Amino acid sequence: MADEVILLDFWASMFGIRVRIALAEKGVKYEYKEQDLFNKSPLLLRMNPVHKKIPVLIHNGKSVCESSIIVQYIDEVWKDKAPLLPYDPYQRAQARFWVDFIDKKMYDTSRKTWATKGEEQEAAKKEFIEVLKTLGGELGDKPFFGGDNFGYVDLCLIPYYCWFYSYETFGKFSVEAECPKFIAWVTRCLQRETVAKALPDEKKVFEFVSVLREKIRVE
Amino acid sequence: MAEEVKLLKTWSSPFGLRAFWILKLKGVQFDFIDEDLSNKSPLLLQSNPVYKKVPVLIHNGKPISESLVILEYVDETWKQNPLLPEDPYERARARFWAKFGDDKVLASIWNAFIKQGKEQEEAIGLAIETLKFLEEELKGKRFFGGEKIGLPDLALGWLANLIGVFEEVIGVKLIEKERFPLLSAWMQEFAEAPVIKESWPPHEKLVTKFRAMREPYVAAAAQPK
Repeated sequence: MADEVILLDFWASMFGIRVRIALAEKGVKYEYKEQDLFNKSPLLLRMNPVHKKIPVLIHNGKSVCESSIIVQYIDEVWKDKAPLLPYDPYQRAQARFWVDFIDKKMYDTSRKTWATKGEEQEAAKKEFIEVLKTLGGELGDKPFFGGDNFGYVDLCLIPYYCWFYSYETFGKFSVEAECPKFIAWVTRCLQRETVAKALPDEKKVFEFVSVLREKIRVE
Repeated sequence: MAEEVKLLKTWSSPFGLRAFWILKLKGVQFDFIDEDLSNKSPLLLQSNPVYKKVPVLIHNGKPISESLVILEYVDETWKQNPLLPEDPYERARARFWAKFGDDKVLASIWNAFIKQGKEQEEAIGLAIETLKFLEEELKGKRFFGGEKIGLPDLALGWLANLIGVFEEVIGVKLIEKERFPLLSAWMQEFAEAPVIKESWPPHEKLVTKFRAMREPYVAAAAQPK
């Protein structure tokens, strides 16, 4: 029986991009269904009644929610190709720790770099740079967070990159100036076809963020 | 080589208790240290430099932090009495409910606990809406893990005793039996389960502690605006 795989997603979502990269790494054929987040579809509401958010993976009619959980699910189901999590339990624990750190720290801080102004924005910029520096510390001299190979942590973090141009423009700072090692890691990730194809154009993201800023009346 | 397993926790932390439970449920030999968070040990600071928080599990000298990460690590390392099912879809569901507990249930209950007046009423309303999802998930099940205790039960287990503590401090019932029959039954069954029942921190000590934690919020709300 052929697998039926559907992804409910939003083109600019850094969480959705994680799932797209994971599916591409595993060579899984799926149907992409773009969602309107301001007018949520009955399908989305039925498949994620608890959070009503994307991404949602629907595999043979059963829904899996929360991007980090979806990526682990994909890794466990399509386990014969391109392992995303490390094999060793201790390394796996470290990978989960860092993805949890990214989930706790990146979204709210990065959002404030464009969604706030004045002192709040300045504080958010400082915190965001600190988060990147902590991650840079963990990366160290390794090519990827996973070591020699692109893995779970890299996959969960790289989607934020297409939003960097927006953070930097509205926040008036440069990630490369503050964390050059981080940008070196980004370049390595972008050399991967699965990553390069999954990330939307940063200028398109910038246009979208500009619209959002107006909607929430930042200025 | 002898295994060395050490757990850094506190006497009251519900997160530390999760790690304590899983090690006991698996029959793992371990030592534990109850930290004084106002005077963190060098071992804690060294083992969890990112957050400097408990719990931390140190296995043969290697530290693991974040309670849900610790639970999965212990489950993968000591395979007896598995907490997570084999099937990937069921595993995803177990992880989903554990995360829901931490992201939504905990935050909503805490808000109901610290807020005052009208804000508290709203916070209680939101907490009840959140708890309804748990009530729904328990339909046809004895535990969130099914027939036996699983990952989401350990993740949500703090409800079984801290809800009573919070209710006593704020004088409001958050989980009424009539509205939440399944959740109430689960709380009782979990609280009295082997290993779990011997582990609860002393009730009165918890009431004193949380009453003290609530004081600054009460004082702030009483300030004339």
